[in-house]
Amino acid sequence: MNARQGFIGTSVERREDSRFLTGKGQYTDDITLPGQTYAYFLRSPYAHARITRLDTAAAAKAPGVLGIFTGEHFKAVGGLPCGWLINSLDGAPMKEPKHPVLADGKVRCVGDRVAMVVAETVDQARAAAERIEVDYDELPPIVDPATAIGGPAAVHDEAPDNRCYQWGIGDKAGTEAALAGAAHVTTLSFRNNRLIPNAMETRAANASYDPHGDNYTLYVTSQNPHVERLLMCAFVLGIPEHKMRVVAPDVGGGFGSKIFLYGEETAMVFAAKQIKRPIKWTCERSEAFLADAHGRDHVTTVKLGTDAQGKFLGLHVETTANLGAYLSTFASSVPTILYATLLAGQYATPKIWCQVDAVFTNTAPVDAYRGAGRPEATYVVERIVETAARELGIDPAELRRRNFITSFPYATPVGLTYDTGDYEATMARAITLADVAGFAARKAASEAKGLKRGLGYSAYIEACGIAPSSVAGALGARAGLFEAGEVRVHPTGKVTIFTGAHSHGQGHETTFAQVVADKLGIPMDDISIEHGDTGKVLFGMGTYGSRSLSVGGTAIVKAVDKIIAKGKKIAAHLLEAADTDIVFENGEFKVAGTDKKLPFAAVSLTAYVPHNFPHDKLEPGLNENAFYDPSNFTYPAGTYICEVEIDPATGHTRIDRMTACDDFGNVINPMIVEGQVHGGLAQGIGQALLEHGIYDTETGQLLTGSYMDYAMPRADDLPSFTVETAKGTPCTHNPLGVKGCGEAGAIGSPPAVINAICHALGVKDVPMPATPYTVWKAAQAAAR
Amino acid sequence: MGMQITLTVNGESITREAEPNTLLVTFIRETLRLTGTHVGCDTSQCGACTVHVNGRATKSCGLLAVQADGADITTIEGLAAADGTLHPMQAAFRACHGLQCGFCTPGMVMSAVDLVQHHGCHNEQQVREALEGNICRCTGYHNIVKAVQQGAAAMKA
Repeated sequence: MNARQGFIGTSVERREDSRFLTGKGQYTDDITLPGQTYAYFLRSPYAHARITRLDTAAAAKAPGVLGIFTGEHFKAVGGLPCGWLINSLDGAPMKEPKHPVLADGKVRCVGDRVAMVVAETVDQARAAAERIEVDYDELPPIVDPATAIGGPAAVHDEAPDNRCYQWGIGDKAGTEAALAGAAHVTTLSFRNNRLIPNAMETRAANASYDPHGDNYTLYVTSQNPHVERLLMCAFVLGIPEHKMRVVAPDVGGGFGSKIFLYGEETAMVFAAKQIKRPIKWTCERSEAFLADAHGRDHVTTVKLGTDAQGKFLGLHVETTANLGAYLSTFASSVPTILYATLLAGQYATPKIWCQVDAVFTNTAPVDAYRGAGRPEATYVVERIVETAARELGIDPAELRRRNFITSFPYATPVGLTYDTGDYEATMARAITLADVAGFAARKAASEAKGLKRGLGYSAYIEACGIAPSSVAGALGARAGLFEAGEVRVHPTGKVTIFTGAHSHGQGHETTFAQVVADKLGIPMDDISIEHGDTGKVLFGMGTYGSRSLSVGGTAIVKAVDKIIAKGKKIAAHLLEAADTDIVFENGEFKVAGTDKKLPFAAVSLTAYVPHNFPHDKLEPGLNENAFYDPSNFTYPAGTYICEVEIDPATGHTRIDRMTACDDFGNVINPMIVEGQVHGGLAQGIGQALLEHGIYDTETGQLLTGSYMDYAMPRADDLPSFTVETAKGTPCTHNPLGVKGCGEAGAIGSPPAVINAICHALGVKDVPMPATPYTVWKAAQAAAR
Repeated sequence: MGMQITLTVNGESITREAEPNTLLVTFIRETLRLTGTHVGCDTSQCGACTVHVNGRATKSCGLLAVQADGADITTIEGLAAADGTLHPMQAAFRACHGLQCGFCTPGMVMSAVDLVQHHGCHNEQQVREALEGNICRCTGYHNIVKAVQQGAAAMKA
């Protein structure tokens, strides 16, 4: 390895910021094409209904209308596919009813797509949509996942009891025996509240068709444009993949909601060929509340059995997961593979069993949202562990310490093998940073003011860097989960990197350039990063699951290694030395032990002007691709400590301290990594205190359909955070030693907040979100 | 029926037609093609569309274009110096990593500049309360607050 230039590990300011700070970002809605037309979607006002009549004749004659599309147009094409097959315990495959591009005779949630109008302007399209005549025959809506199974109606005929699958993992009999023999069993039942992702840029698309080349171009707010293209072409529309270019330009946040293939852009691509002009659609915010995939929405009962000393003996979990009205792209994997496999947490619990019933309801589809299954798992583990500690009268940190996994690699009872970690170290450091020692004095000061103060822990683990494709495939994944990268060295020694990862706030243009600059020993200014365009990037699985650096970055490193290897052979030829005598250091190829050397740019120039070149051994040029398929997941872990002060008279909870100590392995850009944790913490605190996607149980109407009703965390809802990245245990199976940091904050924080509130009030449970009314009720009940 | 309006945008006088029901933000984005001003909601809650109207931070989704007839408007594109030197608030956002996806950023920066220009302050709590009308989903506001405080100091320097 060449000597480091020192970019890695340095808080380099972001290269993308200049355009974002001056209004020069190019988001999808900023792109207007010649001949632009606009789409508007007519959506269902009912949660569950048969469409008995759909008449578009009057609307078609409205001013500016160019075309109206309904489910009839898509009868012959495929449904939106689900990328992960889950088999039930009895061996039957999950129920997989068609997810139509536009509603096909039935609507299954408020906001379901009934028709698409294309017109010269958005206003004309919207006005025309109001002239579409639809008769609905209402059906009873299924809303609450807890009562969906055997409910009064079937969301899909293919799943008459509304169950998509009943899945399980672990040792059921062994866990039940462990609980039967336990000195103490702690039980909790709770709901992991439904969240609505709310990236600040709503979804948008701009689809066009070129009849001369029979080519399609789709600009779309996507976290994974190649996957979008593959799914739309191969599974839905039957468009040859090479005839479709998908571009995800600047994307204003994703948090999972922009992973999925949606019906809107699919309908637009189909229509673009008919209309013969580009079609643009930008989702309105209140439309996004209905039309984006939501997150979480689990109902769980958990039991933890311990011996007399607090050693964990068995963990028994039963969860009902709400999938919503249709199987979204990765929906089936979230409450199973991404959830139950994390239930060991940081602990050496010998027996674990988890059973999951996944149900269809007449609500928006539920899929991956920041953390995707792992926040739900962490909430289960960290709530039950803290509750057990209170019941056993053991300090919560001490109970965790007694049960931490301390030797690695460690194979959990739920299918994962942790490669490395030091849970004691991150917890000890978090305790110091949070000044837990000073808590008693702070509590006394709060009590003197008539306020309650509590402190809660959460020692989370997550599995990131998804994923070893062979493992994922064995578990039902229908896609590979590698990443691709290309390093194109230009004759002058400047470098363009193409990555299949996609940046929608993560700062890849900076972080990836830091890695390459250090590896090649050249300035960051000599490197540019290209992403988000299937017309430029060879392939990519995209960005989600905190995988960009550990998987995508590793693909780039592997390609850089190939560049260096080829460069050494060229240098050996030029320097008249053996290949094996060439070393690459600080951007120079050197003959070991001599002062003979060539700068990187001299070798690259020779590669493209190959007058004096080893043509017998090498091809000209200096351009390499690499695909990287990880051998294991990565396992970021850490301890979060939340301290709250509650006014029992109002139920208002103020987070006084939020401390996070994370082990992400090696860190490339600490500033960016800490920023990722900050954002995750805000979303996790939002889940714990503020956010809740609520459907009316009788009508299936979304009650939290705007920023007037859905409580987004605002600046004055949150404290400043104490965030420290531990020196850490580098990942053992990727060359950068990195683990991933994008989701940790959202995974680790909700149980820490609720544990702190429960501690303050002296109660066993408070439901999320712990709004002032909820907390006030709990305080009142505790005082009685 | 369009109405003719004349206003100053980023120092330049412009005259254009605007429909009576066109929002100022739509006029800025679609008619003037200044796409740095963003639309993040439809209830005037998120603040992504914040611009300066006659020197005060204003959500441009809450105003009709025709109401801005005669106004002096600054958008994010007009904040940096003519030579490209970033405004101290823009520079502070970069230095403090006060932005991630960049979508709320223009509105956030315009609000922050107004905050410094028209309100004393700027301890952490004041900054947090003043930014209540600008929603960010990426940063958790931690670094935005730092950036506003640093930018405020630089603007006064």
